[in-house]
Amino acid sequence: MLLRHTTDKVIDRQALTINPAKTCQPIGAMYAALGIQGCLPHSHGSQGCCSYHRSTLTRHYKEPVMASTSSFTEGSSVFGGQSNLLQAIETIFSTYDPEIIAVHSTCLSETIGDDLNQILTKAREEGKVPKGKHVIHCNTPSYVGSHVTGYANMLLGMTSYFAQHTGISNYQVNLISGWIEPCDMREIKRIAKKMQANTMMFPDTSGILDGPLNGKYTFYPKGGTTIEELISAGDAKFSLGIGQWATEEAAKKLEYKCKVKYDICDVPIGLQATDRFITALSRYANVKVPQSLTNERGRLLDMIADMHSYLYGKRVALYGDPDWLIPMTEFLVMLDMKPVYIVSGTPGKLFESRMKEILGEKVPEAKFKNGETADMFLLHQWIKQEKVDLLIGNTYGKYIARDEDIPFVRYGFPILDRVGHSYFPTVGYHGGMRILEKILGALMDRIDRDAPEEKLELVM
Amino acid sequence: MGDFSKKVAISAIYPVMEKENKNIYLLGREKQIATAGDANFDMECSKASEAGSVSQRACVFCGSRVVLYPIADALHVVHGPIGCASYTWDIRGALSSGPQLHRLSFSTDLREEQVIFGGEKKLYAALTTLIDKHKPAAAFVYSTCIVGVIGDDIEAVCKKVSAEKGITVLPVHAEGFNGTKKDGYRVACEALSKLIGTSEQRNKVPFSINILGDFNLAGELWMLAEYYRKIGINIIAQVTGDGRVEDIRRANTACLNVVQCSGSMTWLAKDMKEKYGIPYIRVSYFGIEDMSNALYEVARFFDDESKMDAAKLLVATELKKLLPALKEYKEKLTGQKAAIYVGGAFKAISLVKALRLIGVQTVVIGSQTGNKDDYNLIKDICDEGTIIVDDSNPIELQHFIREKNATIFIGGVKERPIAHKLGIGFCDHNHERKEALAGYEGMLNFAKEIYATAMSPVWQFVRKSPSQEEPRIKNQEQRLK
Repeated sequence: MLLRHTTDKVIDRQALTINPAKTCQPIGAMYAALGIQGCLPHSHGSQGCCSYHRSTLTRHYKEPVMASTSSFTEGSSVFGGQSNLLQAIETIFSTYDPEIIAVHSTCLSETIGDDLNQILTKAREEGKVPKGKHVIHCNTPSYVGSHVTGYANMLLGMTSYFAQHTGISNYQVNLISGWIEPCDMREIKRIAKKMQANTMMFPDTSGILDGPLNGKYTFYPKGGTTIEELISAGDAKFSLGIGQWATEEAAKKLEYKCKVKYDICDVPIGLQATDRFITALSRYANVKVPQSLTNERGRLLDMIADMHSYLYGKRVALYGDPDWLIPMTEFLVMLDMKPVYIVSGTPGKLFESRMKEILGEKVPEAKFKNGETADMFLLHQWIKQEKVDLLIGNTYGKYIARDEDIPFVRYGFPILDRVGHSYFPTVGYHGGMRILEKILGALMDRIDRDAPEEKLELVM
Repeated sequence: MGDFSKKVAISAIYPVMEKENKNIYLLGREKQIATAGDANFDMECSKASEAGSVSQRACVFCGSRVVLYPIADALHVVHGPIGCASYTWDIRGALSSGPQLHRLSFSTDLREEQVIFGGEKKLYAALTTLIDKHKPAAAFVYSTCIVGVIGDDIEAVCKKVSAEKGITVLPVHAEGFNGTKKDGYRVACEALSKLIGTSEQRNKVPFSINILGDFNLAGELWMLAEYYRKIGINIIAQVTGDGRVEDIRRANTACLNVVQCSGSMTWLAKDMKEKYGIPYIRVSYFGIEDMSNALYEVARFFDDESKMDAAKLLVATELKKLLPALKEYKEKLTGQKAAIYVGGAFKAISLVKALRLIGVQTVVIGSQTGNKDDYNLIKDICDEGTIIVDDSNPIELQHFIREKNATIFIGGVKERPIAHKLGIGFCDHNHERKEALAGYEGMLNFAKEIYATAMSPVWQFVRKSPSQEEPRIKNQEQRLK
């Protein structure tokens, strides 16, 4: 047993994370930046950071992931990274020729006190940024928040740099996308189009991290939000942030800077969150919900009704990021399942109140925790105390699933050992059906595996 | 000097970059690219990457972590913000036959508060909790970038915990910015050096070796150890694949160090030669020739006829099985061309030979960490015209692949999707290998893998999508007739 060291007794830990249910800020900033057309993310720090982030994103998406690094040396850690970044900007524009460089900091450059704003201003003044090209930045100290915070900070960077308020409304609704898969972004755009809503999504990694194989390797694949679109965000009539943790800061900034009012909704995972998203979009874009979408909802309901007896009372443990954990938990409750253990390494007070609201009456025995020491070791200890029927989360759950012999549905980031997550959406009503298919597949495979010969059922 | 006549404007390769005068090489990198057969061959290497490059390289921490982490009964604690621990959690597939402690991820998860007030207390608490819980044979504490900057004295914390708990606690000074991945190897070797010689045992064990620089990916070291045992050689320590602290402590009782992956372990071999007078040889276990030479050289070192006879017998027996099987692959693969881009140069050299054995010509070859000697060796062994490159990046690599019409790419995780997007085969010769590629069995696995990827039917369909042109008959009614 790989995790033979885990016991059911929860030890008090002040200073130690074991098997984290999170990672650090910069990778989130890198993923968000990839959702801008022609953008090269740039990591201002040591070479290893950039290499690790690219490797992890590559393993998750099975796609080339490009990003450059300031390649800090001992000298830069003493004298500051200004000269590295100035040189990097020159090198990048002359060699890789992006439309835009999106710089994020690292724990190292933050701690030594590099002022990215000042360095980039200097770069512009010295003519290192060619005409028509852009360099933006965000601060992503790894010792604050988590990877989700880094994603949110890059979105904030995009709005701070680009959004412009001309006073003439373009009547669009900004869809600020949380940390979801490229296929999910595509699916949300499909739903918006179906509703004939005038929307603009940022960031948008569809096309970039799920590109086709056509015998060509393109450094900047077709896809992503354009700079014109990012500028246009300031003239929108409304912003809808999809996922509180990832998008609220950017939405707030747009309101403050360009007076674009906003609302935040959950990532549309499952029936109720999708209902709320569609209701919100219909209201803010002033469009009708088409019958075809209502039919999609009906199909999801139909599937749930057909299979509900397999779901009733099943105990579920899940871990990952708050923005998907909240609507997923709500969906599980709606499916009459019991999400009993939930952890997230990402801090944020709202987590607790939302979970209380969702679980309080329906699953009073549920335990949930986020922030420091809310790691997979804790989750495993809880599971040891009383077993669950299903585990939902990223690839790192496979150790627990194997040791405890629990059916396992992979969800979240990163998924390093299966494919499909970047291609088949799990948002919207269709996405809900996909989640249901996965959950039922895992549960029913287990029933088949464990059934004695005489009880193996052909029809389920 | 590199072959400059072949510089091509980037816009010729990427329609999206329609700008003139863009060179495919980064400024200042010309000397890190050369061609075999060039009379003025003088490779520049061991150079820090240019700021702003999309380098495939990693950092000091990464280097030290990959070298030490296979020691399975030790505690590995990463002192820093969470990322460094997250990204190195069980990624290498270094197998252990016993304890699995190395596969867990322990981090002090430094937060803003510690960045300001220091993280020593947190480290102390983490270490003592973990040692009480797991009772490891020793502990390694990796310092990361900001630990170096905020000035935590991890040496002192390690000493204190060591005294209190009675186990060896070793600091690994792995601040990422302190050089390249190769410097990380040295840092790891320094930590190992402190461990070696700390056992009670002093006397040399007859006919004994240490295996240095194999990390037991996909169980390779188990195969190699079996070969050595068959020819009557005792293995003291495996550094570090399936490694144990106690074995490493008494590594000084071995007669010979056999070093693979020279980039990571030569420092330690030299250090042990100085301290304990243990000689070392450099070997490679990839491909028939190198694998057999490794066994012969070890046998020759002990100057013992029975050992040499046993080695010869082993090689003959293995080849009798292997050669007919390889012949089939060679017939099918002849004419295929390979591009190699791996971490260590010594491995690259073995790959060239192994590929040749199955009819595949190497047309592009590069490494992240090779030194001048390595590159001179590469130049000598490669066919004329082979492009040789140090610390490359995706743009260069894709250009060279196109220019040389490579059909197979051998590399690591970040290179795989690039090869696939170009519509050519790929073999992971790095952390993510699933089959053992070392030894005789490994050679056959390697041939199989190369065959499977080069001959996959998928590549035929890349350029055969249904026509996007307008149908010839435009009138709907006519079409229905």
